[in-house]
Amino acid sequence: MTTSTARRGRLIQVARSALVIFFAFPLLFMFVASFKPDAQIFADLGSIKAILPVGDVSLENYRGVFDRVPAARFLVNSVLVSAVTVVLGILINSMAAFALSRMRWRGRRVVLAAIIATLIVPFETFALPLVWWVNKLPWLEIHGFQLRLTEGWLDTYQVQILPFVANAFSIYLFYQYFTSIPVELDEAARMDGAGWFGIYRRVVMPLSGPAIATVAILTFLPAWNSYLWPLMVVQSEELRPVMIGIQYFFQLNVSWGQIMAYASMITVPVLVLFVAFQRAFIGSIASAGVKG
Amino acid sequence: MSTTTAPEQVAEDVLPRQHRRGGTRTARTHETLIGAAMASPAVILLIVFFLVPVLLAFGLAFTNARLISPRPPHFVGADNFIRLFGDSLFWASLRNTAYFAVVVVPVQAGLALVLALLANAKVRGTNFFRTVYFAPVVTSMVVISLLWRFIYQPDGLLNKIIEAVSFGQWHGTDWLNNPSTAMPAIMFMSIWQAVGFHMIIWLAGLQTISRDLYEAAALDGASTWKTFTHITWPGLRATRTFILITITIAALSLFTQISVMTQGGPLDSTTTVVFMAVRSGYEQQSTSYAAAVSLVFFVLVLAVSGVQRFLTREQD
Repeated sequence: MTTSTARRGRLIQVARSALVIFFAFPLLFMFVASFKPDAQIFADLGSIKAILPVGDVSLENYRGVFDRVPAARFLVNSVLVSAVTVVLGILINSMAAFALSRMRWRGRRVVLAAIIATLIVPFETFALPLVWWVNKLPWLEIHGFQLRLTEGWLDTYQVQILPFVANAFSIYLFYQYFTSIPVELDEAARMDGAGWFGIYRRVVMPLSGPAIATVAILTFLPAWNSYLWPLMVVQSEELRPVMIGIQYFFQLNVSWGQIMAYASMITVPVLVLFVAFQRAFIGSIASAGVKG
Repeated sequence: MSTTTAPEQVAEDVLPRQHRRGGTRTARTHETLIGAAMASPAVILLIVFFLVPVLLAFGLAFTNARLISPRPPHFVGADNFIRLFGDSLFWASLRNTAYFAVVVVPVQAGLALVLALLANAKVRGTNFFRTVYFAPVVTSMVVISLLWRFIYQPDGLLNKIIEAVSFGQWHGTDWLNNPSTAMPAIMFMSIWQAVGFHMIIWLAGLQTISRDLYEAAALDGASTWKTFTHITWPGLRATRTFILITITIAALSLFTQISVMTQGGPLDSTTTVVFMAVRSGYEQQSTSYAAAVSLVFFVLVLAVSGVQRFLTREQD
């Protein structure tokens, strides 16, 4: 009995280690290759050296990336777009969830049901009509002291941010979390003279750290990784996010080493964040599934 | 990874009836006003960026709208659909999308379950394994597609490995430029990327099954297989439906891999419904035709997830 359990344990270990190699190998290869010139990458392919930082290792590829394209600009754009989407998303969706879960007002149930219903429609269904639609939307531009009305959002920052701020799933996650915070706390705060917004800001939000983290992660990842949408609505180089930037960079027929350098640059920070906040990441993404 | 699933039910209302702040009429009006005001930014954004474009998808499909055109669109009836059903590229897209889904859905769900069972076993290092399997999930599909383009190219990593393990006896092919291997190559990569996500969901499901049941089975001397079929599998019913539907919707939405790796080629062997919609709506600027393709996609998603829900319900 004990020996067979021990043997099964060992078997599981072996299977898992084999799978670890299978899952880690490509990403490890990408990172290691980013430090090698193409000749070295191809020479190392057939052996374990492919994932070892040996031979001609340097930061030359990274320099090459910045020489060929405004990669820093792409990074700034993506950081800006994802950060603003995350901050606005947390604010707007939590406020809506607060109003839906803790306040009584007419139409609340209808609004909640409508928001939940939107979850079954994939973005791809209306992405193309949305391109047509945002091209018709007005925007106020500030020129010095003058306000000017412009038409069409194509090729702007707002077109990369605003469509993804309000999110039914985020509202749902906040709603679920808020229902676990005792209503008695609201009453106590009211005794102390707090209004509705005060309860939201001083009572409910400070207690909602885990929900905020979940929504932040689930908003950040698709914003940072977004490709389909900016491919269609961003044309000029100054507004390009990283994922469009790398595709464009690839089409310049640069060396593989430089592509791996660019790819590592936009992936490794996210992976480091992921490893640092592993529990929160996996928890958030699992929470998307637990409530089927 | 998409989170386009409908949570079946919302948590119970936290505000019990009797809890009502006895308040006057004005207090209640005040509450309504503030409540509506706090919900309105999200509601307005959802109307502008969700409701309107969804309605437009239905409307524009029956017009001749173009992305950039000085003339307003006008009604053309079912013209777009008639053209669509006579378009051989559309049928190729539909076939390829179905092929991808039929292979990826069961393989990915099954492999994810195997990984979850391995990760659930009480052996040292579970956390580390979980982290590694999950790393591709948080990596962008664009980066992964570019990386695998290198792996799949004629003198790339995969062919070098094939040569190395066969001592030069076997040679690979130009995986992405061969009509019979391009789609399977994309399938393999897609499963590699997303399987960690579904492993985590299976794992969450596994952890809801009571330990007592396993202990009872062990006392009765049940085999590993018997334990799996009688305890684990029935215990995963809700998780199963969720996983099936999310993988299917993600599979039907196949786009990024195609756009980065093959552009629908070789010989239209990897073009998909969403890829075709983007190509006609964006590159050819024919919004109305793209709206028609999108509608077909939406009907497909609804039909497939409806059928799956129905089938998984039948088993109760």
